[in-house]
Amino acid sequence: MSEHDNKVHHISYGTYILVWVALLAFTSITVTIAGIGLGRYTLFIALLIAAIKSTLVINIFMHIKFDEPIFKVFLALSGVTLLIIFALTFFDVLFR
Amino acid sequence: MADATTAVAEKPYYQVSTNKHSGILSWLLTTDHKRIGLMYFAAIITFFLVGVIIGVLMRLELIAPGRTIMGPQTYNELFTLHGVIMIFLFIIPGLPAIFGNFFLPIQIGARDVAFPRLNLLSYYIYVIGAIMALTSLFLPGGPIDTGWTFYIPYSIRSTTNVSMALLAAFVLGFSSILTGINFITTVHRMRAPGMGWFRMPLFVWATYATAWIQVIATPVIGITILLVVIERAFGVGIFDPALGGDPILFQHLFWIYSHPAVYIMILPAMGVVSEIIPTFSRRTIFGYKQIAYSSLAIAFIGYLVWGHHMFSSGMSDTDAMIFSLLTFLVALPSGVKIFNWVATMYKGSIDPQPPFLWVMAFIVLFSIGGLTGLVLGSLATDIHLTDTYFVVAHFHYVMFGGTGTIFFAALHYWFPKMFGKMYNIKFSKIAVVTYFIGFNMLYFPKFIMGYMGMPRRYYDYLPMFTPYQRISTIGSWILAGTIFFMVGYFIHALYKGKKATSNPWGGVTLEWHISSPPIMENFHEIPTITHEPYDFSQLKEMKNE
Repeated sequence: MSEHDNKVHHISYGTYILVWVALLAFTSITVTIAGIGLGRYTLFIALLIAAIKSTLVINIFMHIKFDEPIFKVFLALSGVTLLIIFALTFFDVLFR
Repeated sequence: MADATTAVAEKPYYQVSTNKHSGILSWLLTTDHKRIGLMYFAAIITFFLVGVIIGVLMRLELIAPGRTIMGPQTYNELFTLHGVIMIFLFIIPGLPAIFGNFFLPIQIGARDVAFPRLNLLSYYIYVIGAIMALTSLFLPGGPIDTGWTFYIPYSIRSTTNVSMALLAAFVLGFSSILTGINFITTVHRMRAPGMGWFRMPLFVWATYATAWIQVIATPVIGITILLVVIERAFGVGIFDPALGGDPILFQHLFWIYSHPAVYIMILPAMGVVSEIIPTFSRRTIFGYKQIAYSSLAIAFIGYLVWGHHMFSSGMSDTDAMIFSLLTFLVALPSGVKIFNWVATMYKGSIDPQPPFLWVMAFIVLFSIGGLTGLVLGSLATDIHLTDTYFVVAHFHYVMFGGTGTIFFAALHYWFPKMFGKMYNIKFSKIAVVTYFIGFNMLYFPKFIMGYMGMPRRYYDYLPMFTPYQRISTIGSWILAGTIFFMVGYFIHALYKGKKATSNPWGGVTLEWHISSPPIMENFHEIPTITHEPYDFSQLKEMKNE
């Protein structure tokens, strides 16, 4: 294990609370938009908001922001794979 | 590997307990990767033999049109059970859990996997999942009859124990994920000094690529299974069209996991082939990096082709065309491997020992399986062949002819190392021949029947198919007979076989530098790696060690 792994990153309680409030706000936006009836765009907006929320959770709560690059690389690879899977599924739903 | 330590006479791993217990408890609570590998071996082989017997019974039913030995409901239950056992209990865990556990740490010069306790936990989760699957057979409601694919809407409406069987698959998935995490961490963190990424044996590369699929793809099936169970229990309309759900969404989610799962099955097998061919050709592997990268490419492209299972399901034509194109792409890295293996043999000093003969059988059977996959990957021909015996034949050539054959190849290759005993070479050569004959008799007629229009999973058939069905059933007897013959000579070898030397085949990867069977913790001291993985100039040094 490198020295890097043992570093403790202090994130202030203020930041945690701020992120938590942001997550709640995003959730309420998702719910509100679902009720407006934007048709097929509803799903895209919901996915976009979900992506922003996961980015916040992964970076702040899970401390990936402060971790070794290799974790970021593999996380990005998994994210890209997921994105392609979404895209391929939408080619079905949108053109059916 | 000049400094690789040759073992002095010391107790083999199966005589040394890793805990304070002795006897059966020393096994049940062990954290040694080799012992855990053997425990998987015992469980997986048992399920495999049960799957074989079920397969033979199904073939026996089909020996003549009409009812012969069972009714249609029993037949439906048996083909489902055959599928679930063979897929979830044998072929997905088979190579990684047994041979990966046993040899991956040794091949990278480690004493164990990164998380030995997690490894034992994976084993117990596997056992719990298997018990749940078996329990579903005997609870009120009876064995499931949906086929191993659990397609909606039937799996929502079937009154058999679908939820229990689904939860079993859910639990088994966790075992797979934990094994994957363990292998990824082991490869990243536990390599011996000098064991760079491009000095790792190709079996390690293949198992590493597989581990990534296990970790990333398995959660998708887990979530899908939970959604089906919720739908069955609470009537939430997710997939069932009667409740406003989308049945094709289920097929997407199911195959997003289950197609990469095909690569969980085949990639480690390809890794074993890349070990066996250089050893018996006495030549370094042709295109080492290309084979390593092709494993990663297969793992990645394997995620993007799932839609080819759904060409006739009502998916959009646009998506069908995209998936067809992507399906053809996956043939490229597979082709890279096949050509590199053949090129490795070219001008090699070939020693046709049993493991090598099994690999030759694999190359023929897998090529037939792979090429017929292209027929199914083309949109037009797939419409004609969807849900016929052609698909069943293709699938068995790839999975059984591919992974199954290599399972036997791996067993013949590593058996002397694992148990320190040598089996009867003559018997094993006979087994390859009868296996090859039985296999083709069993499955090749299915290509013809499928092309003629025989649907899969049917209990009965038109009289025109009778000759083909008979040949197929006789083939199943030859194939099953060969499998039990193998069980016989391996058990005989365990008790009465000659003692195996530390390097019976002249291999050069790390497992051949240590004693047969290995000692506890594998090495007296961690070796320093100074050679490429398939550098056969080491053989002279190894003889002097």
